Amino acid sequence: MSNQDVSGSGGASDRFRELYFTEALREALAEEMERDPEVFLLGEDMGVYGGCFGVTRGLLEQFGPERVRDTPISEAGVVGLAVGAAILGARPVVEVMFMDFITLAMDQIANHAAKFRYMYGEQARVPLVIRCPAGAGRAYGATHSQTLEAWFLHVPGLKVVAPATAADAKGLLKSAIRDDNPVIFLENKVLYQSREWIPDGEFTIPLGRARRVCEGGDVTIVAYSRMAREAEKAASILAEEGIGAEVIDLRSLVPLDIDAVVASVTKTGRVVLVEEGTRTGGVCAELGMRLFEEAWDSLDAPIQRVTAPDIPIPFAPELEAAVIPTAADIAAAARALAES
Amino acid sequence: MDKTLLLKWFYQMKLIRTFEEKSAELYAYGKIGGFLHLYIGEEAVATGALATLREDDHLLTHYRDHGWALARGTDPKPLMAELLGRVTGVSKGKGGSMHLCDPERNFWGGYAIVGGHLPLAVGIAFAMRYQGTDRVVLSVFGDGATNIGEFHEALNMAALWELPVIFLCENNLYGMGTQVKRASAVPEMAQKACAYGMPTEQCNGMDVFSVYGAMQKAVQRARAGEGPTFVEAKTYRFRGHSMADPELYRQHDEVEAFRECCDPIESLRDHILREKLATPEELEQLERQAAAATEEAAQFAEQSPPPPLEALYEDIYAQPLDGPTAGKERR
Ligand SMILES: Cc1ncc(C[n+]2csc(CCOP(=O)(O)OP(=O)(O)O)c2C)c(N)n1
Ligand SMILES: [Mg+2]
Repeated sequence: MSNQDVSGSGGASDRFRELYFTEALREALAEEMERDPEVFLLGEDMGVYGGCFGVTRGLLEQFGPERVRDTPISEAGVVGLAVGAAILGARPVVEVMFMDFITLAMDQIANHAAKFRYMYGEQARVPLVIRCPAGAGRAYGATHSQTLEAWFLHVPGLKVVAPATAADAKGLLKSAIRDDNPVIFLENKVLYQSREWIPDGEFTIPLGRARRVCEGGDVTIVAYSRMAREAEKAASILAEEGIGAEVIDLRSLVPLDIDAVVASVTKTGRVVLVEEGTRTGGVCAELGMRLFEEAWDSLDAPIQRVTAPDIPIPFAPELEAAVIPTAADIAAAARALAES
Repeated sequence: MDKTLLLKWFYQMKLIRTFEEKSAELYAYGKIGGFLHLYIGEEAVATGALATLREDDHLLTHYRDHGWALARGTDPKPLMAELLGRVTGVSKGKGGSMHLCDPERNFWGGYAIVGGHLPLAVGIAFAMRYQGTDRVVLSVFGDGATNIGEFHEALNMAALWELPVIFLCENNLYGMGTQVKRASAVPEMAQKACAYGMPTEQCNGMDVFSVYGAMQKAVQRARAGEGPTFVEAKTYRFRGHSMADPELYRQHDEVEAFRECCDPIESLRDHILREKLATPEELEQLERQAAAATEEAAQFAEQSPPPPLEALYEDIYAQPLDGPTAGKERR
């Protein structure tokens, strides 16, 4: 596990700049396109329009329409095309405008992209990244707000990455692009607007290494993506009450840094698992079972989880806000555990 | 043409226009959240098309759906309330702008996944045939939707089984910021229906008479059991794709030119006055009525409460499952 800092395998400098999450992603794309001519972008309205969330703004001007390709509204076709191109050694990065629309491309992802390596062995690889703006909180309603990463954990052959900070967004996206496997890359829409210090210069962050957000001895909180930010806030709330919470940001779900989680739980004996998605069959369900298998002896109290309830995302902002787990929810769960 | 009908159309189009302008205002004040796709400029399509349907016929549209609901006769008050996410909305605030519905008027939504409702429309047609009625279904979508797989699967099945569906494509030249010619291998959307041997009608979507005429033929065909028709209405949206659209992909001049030459409401006004079917004062009176109905709708919406928190756990299943919803205990 890496610590608080950004663990660059590249040459991160000790100078920092303040960037939006979107800008950090854009830098990752631009740097990788500069570095490797096989990298190109595909997606709806990412060129001329500048991207639904502005992530790719300016890249068309910088790299031209051959490498920043606006596509028809054809998710299945576009992802399929990208899988085909990847087999030939191209490194396409597809933007699926909302993660909800990845449903249309599931055949290509689950039956083709995820299977080639296994069926054809070392003769084939699929270096593909699918970027998915995900999550609720912007009143987009039931069909534009889902958090669907749990589905992809269930398909061997796929990697799943979900950064929580701008620095991680950049470093992890660069690693995802260089990876020889299909990677589902979650970008939480609410995080897009966060602005943070990130190291100057080029750096990558390896997939499968969790980040310890803060140290604490009383309870471990495991989260990723936007929920890692909520967990961090929860830890501050708890700190004021004298409860030491250790927050682990998973960064990627496949590969999963289970050792980092087990190490922390071994220390604290108590753990709260957090995700934005729905509860049943979710990421925490899997994490909880892994801890049951690998850290049972260390657990002093039952594993707790904080998730969305098993309901679709409602439109009304008041209802939507009540669905998404908050720092207060996480703190309450951790507090109850710490006091148990 | 019948004067009462034309005045009704004028009122409907004006109601849509003022309703949309009001919702844009409420959005700007932060009272409407999420996405808001305005129908301004395209009013003649919904108005002309729905004038050809019977009350018991069915309607499905894409997310640019406020105008369709209004032209179908949905009360502006619960419509506006839905846009604000209020409990008095057509979907009790749980659907939102993109997912409107009014089953009482056989309006089955408001679909925010592009193209997803085309097979559903075919399904409704299939069921109507199965159940032995002579009703028809109108499925409305944009130019962008013709590039998605479900479009082609839906057209093929409808043609194959001669189902009573009208596929109405609102070709407004853009799918979000992408010009038709940058997304479609063929420039005329109607060409795509030819691949399935489906009759096509093209019409001027800025002209309510043109839309009405094309749709009449399509409805007649469907009702007579002669199968589906593809209607292409060439139209133009005067506003951005949604309120979030910075409109970097088209020139302001282009929009102004369309507003100038082809405002469907002004064209109808000119026609009515030219034919002396009403006086300018009578039309102004209708405009005032439309504005009043819109104001009333906005007030109703703003005064309505948001849905209660219990609503979160209602209607997940047709009958509630035994036991609490997983995760509910967190509240
Ligand atoms: C399957 C799917 N892909 C992408 C989107 C995002 N999106 C929403 S509307 C739109 C453009 C659709 O254009 P068109 O069909 O021409 O309808 P218009 O908005 O012009 O009325 C896009 C790309 C979506 N909602 N669903
Ligand atoms: Mg369009």
